[in-house]
Amino acid sequence: MNEIRGTIIEILQDLHEDVDFENETRLIDDKILDSFDIVTLISELSNEFDVTIPADKIIPENFNSADALTKMITELEDE
Amino acid sequence: MLFTDSLFIFGLILLFFVYFLIPQKYRWMLLLGASIAFYAYSGVFNLIYIAVTALSTFLITRRMEKMAEAAKESVSAHKSEWSRDEKKAFKEHEKKKRRRWLALLLILNFGMLAVIKYGAFTMNNVNTIIGWFGNRGTLPVPDFLLPMGISFYLFQTMGYAIDVYREKYPCEKNFAKLALFVSFFPQLVQGPISRYDDLAKGLYAGNGFEAERVHLGVQRILWGYCKKVVLADRILPAVTLLISDPEQYQGMYALLGMLYYTLQLYADFTGGIDITIGIGQVLGIPIAENFQRPFFSKNITEYWRRWHITLGTWFKDYLFYPVSVAQPMLKLSKWSRDKLGKNIGKYLPVYVSTLAVWFVTGLWHGAAWNFIVWGMLNAVIILISERLTGLYGKFHAKCGWSNTRAYDGFMAIRTTLMMGCLRMFDCYRDVPLTFRMFGTMFTKWNVQIFWDGSLMKLNLSLADYGVLLTGVLVLFTASMIGRKGSVRKRILGRSRVLSCCMTVALVLIVLIFGAYGIGYDSSQFIYNQF
Repeated sequence: MNEIRGTIIEILQDLHEDVDFENETRLIDDKILDSFDIVTLISELSNEFDVTIPADKIIPENFNSADALTKMITELEDE
Repeated sequence: MLFTDSLFIFGLILLFFVYFLIPQKYRWMLLLGASIAFYAYSGVFNLIYIAVTALSTFLITRRMEKMAEAAKESVSAHKSEWSRDEKKAFKEHEKKKRRRWLALLLILNFGMLAVIKYGAFTMNNVNTIIGWFGNRGTLPVPDFLLPMGISFYLFQTMGYAIDVYREKYPCEKNFAKLALFVSFFPQLVQGPISRYDDLAKGLYAGNGFEAERVHLGVQRILWGYCKKVVLADRILPAVTLLISDPEQYQGMYALLGMLYYTLQLYADFTGGIDITIGIGQVLGIPIAENFQRPFFSKNITEYWRRWHITLGTWFKDYLFYPVSVAQPMLKLSKWSRDKLGKNIGKYLPVYVSTLAVWFVTGLWHGAAWNFIVWGMLNAVIILISERLTGLYGKFHAKCGWSNTRAYDGFMAIRTTLMMGCLRMFDCYRDVPLTFRMFGTMFTKWNVQIFWDGSLMKLNLSLADYGVLLTGVLVLFTASMIGRKGSVRKRILGRSRVLSCCMTVALVLIVLIFGAYGIGYDSSQFIYNQF
């Protein structure tokens, strides 16, 4: 779980190096990540974790924080 | 029927009275009856198209929901017998079956739109291609009358169906209620494209009379009428003249035409949406906002987050994301990572999806190459700005003055002008002419038209210019004040008397300064044609 989270933070940091992704919990609500970032992020996550993220998973609750993303990836890996 | 027709206005006032007089549980039925009557007035045959959309969506969403429930029951019944892989395979299989039903619904409805809206455009292009090969024969070109608001109600309804497929919420079990969601009359003219989970609750609740809410709603309606009849309809004859004769009206005339059209489109579209949202407010039905001071945007990406918001979010949720995360796109990304490098592989899905979405956005606006080129130019500008984000960041870090209000103002004006130039594709008959007219703004310096009296020969009198200039100043001031919350609410909060005076003033402005006259016939809303 921690390993997944660490990789997700690395990917996020690559998108916006000036954001505190460790603690930020409103990435979508505060428009820190836009639609371009989300698609780039999904492409990176799919490549890194070999999971398929369907369009119906693209909701703010799954993308608002590193923890939410970790939870989503873990669930997708378990499915 | 137009919002500006006297029959509509009288019908609306009557509806408001009856709505609050009848018992709460019958109010949504009254709205359905009014919506059917409103739509039938635009052409009884148009009812067939909207009925097909409502009925097919009702049947198929019900079917999809039943399938999803049955699948869940099966999984639950075999919980202990099936392995995780078996459950996964079963769920996937069931989802695939539901997807087929969804595909059938989308093909039926978007297919209907494609034939009606794009049939003639497609056949004309096919005939042109046939002509290139020297064949004199031509294929017949269909000539359908576009049903009012089809692009709006169809997108709204298909969004609902996709959400039911995604199990975002349960489907509507009552056909008449779904038919009201599909056909709610204030939205049929030019949107907005609402979401079921935002609109339905208010639509079926039959909310009671609340004086403050009704008053604010009436003010919003009047504000919309002010924009439409005082500004949009007043400047329309000048716009029509300036674009009607491209040989005569070049250079600074083209610039004027672009600026006038920008004002006309803004006043027309936002005015219509104000009327729609105001009607909803009177009835106690919250309707999604479609604009958020778009001309204060600092770049085109921001502009598109503030202009026609509901269309943009529709495309984002139902086209951009699904296309971006689709398996072929991820395969393309993987291939390009391996062959072209990590950086290209990372961004390729975004770029391909953006171009696809803007191609469709262009087509949504009209069946013509003008709109397709307009869409693709928007995409190119958005992608270039995206690539230059890092450079902008460095520029802003270096230049302190780039964080001032003056610079923000400069960027807002730049964005407005850029969008105005792109909107020239709405005005001229074809793409080469649009580019030529754009070019004349830089090559033909007939600046004397601004002081030699030419401006008075554009179907606008000095009094018209006075009204338009005042109107623009009022719009600008209202937008500035509106950044801190609703102006109408704040006035009402401060003084009821002042708020009532404002309502009376709005009525008088519509009556006195509306662009009426002998033979006056209010123009169609521009977005109604999409």
